[in-house]
Amino acid sequence: MKPLVLTLRQRPEQRLDLSPLVPDRLAGKTAGEIERIEVQTTRRRVTVGEIFRLKMGDAEQIRIEGGCDRLDHVGQAMTGGEMVVEGDVGVQAGRSMAGGRLTVRGNAGPYAASGMKGGVLEILGAAGDFLGGPLAGEMAGIRGGIVVVHGRAGARAGDRMRRGTIVIEGEAGAYPGSRMIAGTLIVGREAGALPGFLMKRGTIVLGEGASALSPTFVDSGWHELLAMRLLAGLIEPYSKRAATLLRRPLRRLAGDMAVPGKGELLVGNRN
Amino acid sequence: MRVLTIKGVRIDDTFAEAFGMRATALTITADTARWAREAAANMTGFATSVIGCGCEAGIDCALTGKETPDGRPGVRVLLFAMSTAELQKQLQARVGQSVLTSPGSACYAGLAGEEKLKLGNALRYFGDGWQISKRFGARHFWRIPVMDGEFVCEATTGLTKQAVGGGNLLIIGRTTGTTRAAAEAAAAAIAKVPDAIAPFPGGIVRSGSKVGSKYKGVRASTNDAFCPTLRGAVKSSLDAEAGSVLEIVIDGLTSEAVAAAMRAGIAAIIKLGPQRGATRISAGNYGGKLGPHHYHLRDLLP
Repeated sequence: MKPLVLTLRQRPEQRLDLSPLVPDRLAGKTAGEIERIEVQTTRRRVTVGEIFRLKMGDAEQIRIEGGCDRLDHVGQAMTGGEMVVEGDVGVQAGRSMAGGRLTVRGNAGPYAASGMKGGVLEILGAAGDFLGGPLAGEMAGIRGGIVVVHGRAGARAGDRMRRGTIVIEGEAGAYPGSRMIAGTLIVGREAGALPGFLMKRGTIVLGEGASALSPTFVDSGWHELLAMRLLAGLIEPYSKRAATLLRRPLRRLAGDMAVPGKGELLVGNRN
Repeated sequence: MRVLTIKGVRIDDTFAEAFGMRATALTITADTARWAREAAANMTGFATSVIGCGCEAGIDCALTGKETPDGRPGVRVLLFAMSTAELQKQLQARVGQSVLTSPGSACYAGLAGEEKLKLGNALRYFGDGWQISKRFGARHFWRIPVMDGEFVCEATTGLTKQAVGGGNLLIIGRTTGTTRAAAEAAAAAIAKVPDAIAPFPGGIVRSGSKVGSKYKGVRASTNDAFCPTLRGAVKSSLDAEAGSVLEIVIDGLTSEAVAAAMRAGIAAIIKLGPQRGATRISAGNYGGKLGPHHYHLRDLLP
């Protein structure tokens, strides 16, 4: 299968909305039709053909060569197929994604995986703030699927997370898992202050602890949880680092007791 | 009845008559192979016949850490019942009383299936509000806090309506010792067949039954035609050299599994031969009118 390749000509003059460029929306379209798709976010009209050099192929597999932090909404609402970006992306990558696989071989802006329902989002670089978080006015953040960030993530990763799995192999900014409803958030390196702030349910695994832990979490001691070992096996194909962490003994901190806290922080380091 | 003899063992030209059943499978794991087996043996205990036990169950095979979801040693268990409702009831009761209670155990779906039976979804209430739901992709697990840590249990398991129960072999020999040796050989061979179990003790039944009784309200009674002590007194199926009869009943997830198990059993009996083992193999049926699955012995010869 030959992928459909879009090569960025130069840095665009405005932010672009690339949400039409997903496998299910490009299926069956001709090269001419694709080149005429409008992707502007201002009054000035911009088409795919002006921004990218298009090499036709099977739309089930889309490659965007050359990234830029102005490429917003990449992979938005995709339901299947595969997308690879060889570079950075802007805001809301993988927003409302329901299936398929999106790989960003660079950094992603804020609100990546926001409202995600299914599929796999992999970011090889860093992710911005509010990874998997809800947009203003939304009740819940990510509600399914798997997100793996190999670098660091900004503040409030997994805000109002409802379901699904987020793995941040690097560090996380302040308040990871804030207002979390449920789901699993794994941070490989040290997290910023107050992880799990006001979390109701769910699991936050911290490989190297956090710069400050909230006093509203209560210590339940060190455990080797079978559920984490089971999760390690399931997560191994996506992140070896997360799997190794989940197989270690973990200190369980229950909370956040400031709200009816049935959540847990599982901390991997001794101090 | 036409008679066929292979290596001195007579094979009756008859068939086993079997019924459609509902079935499910589970993977039970524990910290050690011994404790996985303890939980599975307890769960499948007193599950020989649907008539008196509600379901028929047994251990299909042992699993290594590479074959289980959590990387610990385990056991695959099969459970058969006549209806989905009864299967659900038995599954819930048996996992709740025998697996949940067993040290270090965990319980997972052992069968994919379009239709689902509740597993953790029924047992989670034991957690009294402290149970934790964990989803990963399409899989859903419950973590129930218990005194040795957590009981991890998959939310549902698959149900099959293609299962078959009641495949059988009647093993006839000169003495109780040689007949038992033949039945043991057959049971050992059948235990190796995937997706099939022999639910009776050690896989063997000595009290085969017929439908009905002279007593009112008794649904099944002794299979007098195959009782060696009644030869002459009743219309017997046994000849003068028959001194003992044992039966193996087989349940399988598919009709093919039942046929494969019967084939393996027959091969093992013939291999043992008439001197050390059985002199004759037959099968039980009800004239072919009751059960939709017929397994003719002549089609299952090695």
